[in-house]
Amino acid sequence: MSSLLAAGGASVTFPALSTLIVIPALGALAIAITPAGRSEVHRLLAVLATVMTGAVSLWVLLVFEKSEPGFQLRGEEPTTWVDSLGITWDLGIDGISLFLVVLSGLLFPLAVLGVQPEHDAKPYYAWLVLLEAGIMGVFVTLDLFFFFVFFEIVLVPMYFLIGAWGHGNRVYAATKFFLYTMFGSALMLVGILAVVFLHQDATGVLTFDIVELAEGQSWGVEAGRWMFVTFALAFSVKVPLVPVHTWLPDAHTEAPTAGSVILAGVMLKLGTYGFLRFGLYLFPEASVWFAPVMLVLGTVGIIYGAIAATMQKDLKRLVAYSSVAHLGFIVLGTFAITTEALTGSVMQMVNHGLSTGALFFLVGWLYERRHTREIAALGGLQKVAPVFAAAFTLVMLSSIGLPGLNGFVGEFLILLGAFVAYPVITAVAATGVILAALYLLWAYQRVFHGPVEGDNAEMNDLTLGEGLVLLPMLALIVFLGVYPKPMLERIEPAVDALIVHVEENVDDWSEPTADVIEPADDHGEDDDQGEGE
Amino acid sequence: MLAQISTPDVDFAILAPLLILAAGGVFALTISSVTKALPAWFFTAWAVLAALAAAVAVIPLWHRYTGEGEGDGATSTISNTIGFDGFSLYLTVTIACAVAMASLLAHPYLVREKLVGPELHVLLLLSGSGGVVMAFANDLIVFFLGLETLSIAVYVLAAMHRRRFESQEAGMKYFVLGAFASTFLLYGIALVYGATGSTNLVEIRNTLDQTIIVEDGLLLGGLALLIVGLAFKVGAVPFHSWTPDVYQGAPTPVVAYMASGVKAAGFAGLLRILSVTFAPVVDDWGPPLEVIAALTLLLGAFSAIVQTDVKRMLAYSSISHAGFILLGVIAASGRGTAAALFYLGTYTFLVAGTFGVFTVMGGEGDNDHDVSRFAGLGRRRPLLAIALLVMLLAQAGVPLTTGFFAKFQVIAAAVEAEVYWLAAVAMIAAVVAAYLYIKLIISMYLVDVDVDVDADADAISVPRPIAVVIGVAALVTVGFGIFPGIIDSVAQDALAELTFGS
Repeated sequence: MSSLLAAGGASVTFPALSTLIVIPALGALAIAITPAGRSEVHRLLAVLATVMTGAVSLWVLLVFEKSEPGFQLRGEEPTTWVDSLGITWDLGIDGISLFLVVLSGLLFPLAVLGVQPEHDAKPYYAWLVLLEAGIMGVFVTLDLFFFFVFFEIVLVPMYFLIGAWGHGNRVYAATKFFLYTMFGSALMLVGILAVVFLHQDATGVLTFDIVELAEGQSWGVEAGRWMFVTFALAFSVKVPLVPVHTWLPDAHTEAPTAGSVILAGVMLKLGTYGFLRFGLYLFPEASVWFAPVMLVLGTVGIIYGAIAATMQKDLKRLVAYSSVAHLGFIVLGTFAITTEALTGSVMQMVNHGLSTGALFFLVGWLYERRHTREIAALGGLQKVAPVFAAAFTLVMLSSIGLPGLNGFVGEFLILLGAFVAYPVITAVAATGVILAALYLLWAYQRVFHGPVEGDNAEMNDLTLGEGLVLLPMLALIVFLGVYPKPMLERIEPAVDALIVHVEENVDDWSEPTADVIEPADDHGEDDDQGEGE
Repeated sequence: MLAQISTPDVDFAILAPLLILAAGGVFALTISSVTKALPAWFFTAWAVLAALAAAVAVIPLWHRYTGEGEGDGATSTISNTIGFDGFSLYLTVTIACAVAMASLLAHPYLVREKLVGPELHVLLLLSGSGGVVMAFANDLIVFFLGLETLSIAVYVLAAMHRRRFESQEAGMKYFVLGAFASTFLLYGIALVYGATGSTNLVEIRNTLDQTIIVEDGLLLGGLALLIVGLAFKVGAVPFHSWTPDVYQGAPTPVVAYMASGVKAAGFAGLLRILSVTFAPVVDDWGPPLEVIAALTLLLGAFSAIVQTDVKRMLAYSSISHAGFILLGVIAASGRGTAAALFYLGTYTFLVAGTFGVFTVMGGEGDNDHDVSRFAGLGRRRPLLAIALLVMLLAQAGVPLTTGFFAKFQVIAAAVEAEVYWLAAVAMIAAVVAAYLYIKLIISMYLVDVDVDVDADADAISVPRPIAVVIGVAALVTVGFGIFPGIIDSVAQDALAELTFGS
């Protein structure tokens, strides 16, 4: 099985994964060198770069071998980057990273098309497109050095997007975001190097190759746990987990719409993806050992995020806190370490990207129209903007986890899988689903129902362009809710392999199972619901 | 009959870079006293050419060092007092680049401040030759000679701005404290001689390898004083207190040289003397140096973020950077030395570029270095601002710049040497220091300023020599930041080897 993880996948005709990074990087460069003051040219270049990257990500989805658990589209021979450290340019993709790549490929063009910057179009688009290169890099690299490079480099574009094009207290929010995340990942660098040199001590091979390091497991139990802590700290800030989440409400609220969409849609997933790839895969023993702590932190995030969201007066801040709650579910699923929970986690990452991404678009457009996000100042919008309200309803229901929409499938799988392993914690976490319904429906009621007063009466409905931007997300929300099978069957082989990897490398541990629930059943269930729609 | 005096063999080829720099300085001085009719740019061009010639002269020597043929490889000359190895060659190029860039920055500065003359360029060349001697030194006495040549020139350079009180003060302060530090160093050399019976590094190393010194009071005392003297030169805590005042007061182009060339020469000593020669007794000098490094990192970073004068900021930040390079020294390994060399080489360009921007922004009188001066620079001078942005991000250790890989390498060396706690302290210091660079970035890009963009842009003029330095520095920083393997492979070869020549 371990050799399966290392095996290559489909044969490639062109280095698709490299182009996922190179196209946006070149796009950003092209925008940077075209003269300022021609915003339509910059916008066109940004659209071109992100759409092309999106097309490549779709191509990757098409050629992906769904039954193959290992890394696919991996080049024959990785290019050596730095000889003295064994750093290589080595890219690959498996069922876990595949959909995050596709999600990024989808959200970036939408973020470019959906909103225009209020000023300074050139640097805005340059940073936004550069951000895509970094994010794609994190998801496709198989080299620890480049993982860290991409993980860190995304901070700079996002810093400027928030700091220069944000609202209100933007500089404060941006700086807080930058320093928090940088502090989180500072010790991870020490952890990465410790992994590499301990591996070298044991095997004599100096390499940053994730597969080789993970298969080798050439460090002691205690060292592994210390190193896990350095990685976990970085990812906890990024996810974010309570109590290191305080940068998130500020950053999300003050960020420009596109920034919020990308931040919530894909950037938070760098943390949850990190937990899967560099938590479970690289440190299986430590992950199992720390699992109770992580589960509790995830559950605290679910409950705290939900309660905090309920209390918010600012609609955008409410959506931001709802992210804390949703990502708590993903962490819960990750550290429950069962097939269903892990599959659900991977799926939920995509679901959250779609639903929260769409929510941030809607809130952003609402702000453009009304110049306020304060819930108390809004009301009765359903009457003046019915299409807007309908779209909001659908996205909100997806976020709540209504059966038939995508959010349900992910959350259900997570809870199902986690319940088998940790019934009590899961039961507590499940109340988060109810709380989500509470804060979102209550917010909806206050914003869209009630009498129409003052400026609210003049609000325009969704424009055609905005509708078209929203359409792919809405379509996927319904499609994945009705028919999640194509997605799940691509995720599962990788998740199964991951679980086998954990079982092989942790003594006295095997995947928790329950007699009552057979894994095959719940998929049938999902499909059934789909057909029932 | 004449008495036979035996003179040591001299391999002049090895000395070529040193001779070019020294002769270049002396020659320029001579010309300037013979004729007054030379244009102002002559001495700048002369100094830049001499420095570049010294760097180019290294190329055949590097081939000789890495070659496989007879007479190739590391060796030594002049009674084994001058060591020829990749280490000395690498640092020679670093120091030559620092001299060339400081000279280029100085020309418009001298014109602006009405200080035109050959002195600054001559002193830079002579100081550089002292630095090269330090890089080549295989003997503590020769090292001391180099150090004094380097230092005395820099004392004068710091006080170069005749009409600025702060510049005079900086020169005086640097001189008094520097002289003290030199005394410590000299006394340390004497004690080490007492303990080991030699001032030659090769012989000291042999003694340490072959004997266990039981009564090691002399050795420890000598080591301690050596560390004091060298730590002063590189600005390590607690011997750093001169740095902010001197950096603030000295002419900005000179500061660029102090933070790059002087630092490189100081680390040449730390690396060759401590990491290589005294490697067998690393347990004696390692722990105290670890404490020094930790203090340097943290104090540098924390003090930097509360400054409002950019030159003081950069002074403290350079202290913090010295802490990072100390990690490479402490590792006392090939990787540590290579990491420190990579750091020094790329940091030279970083500071030259940064102080290049500060030279421009300082305005006439070189007094206006408040952070607020940079407000809205992104709008007023976009290109200048982007160049500074690149340099600041690099110093903050953001990936895809040389600054990141430099930090990555020294941390790797520390982790390999299993000094985990210091690696962790260094990373935390890096985050603290990042706030400092962010402060400047905020000022440049994120603060709303009410300035007439067009009118103001004319007020900041970027003379061509400075533009060249800033451009080269930014290109080096990004280019080798994306492809660090190129410099890294050279630095990996540039090991300090202690060898007796044939």
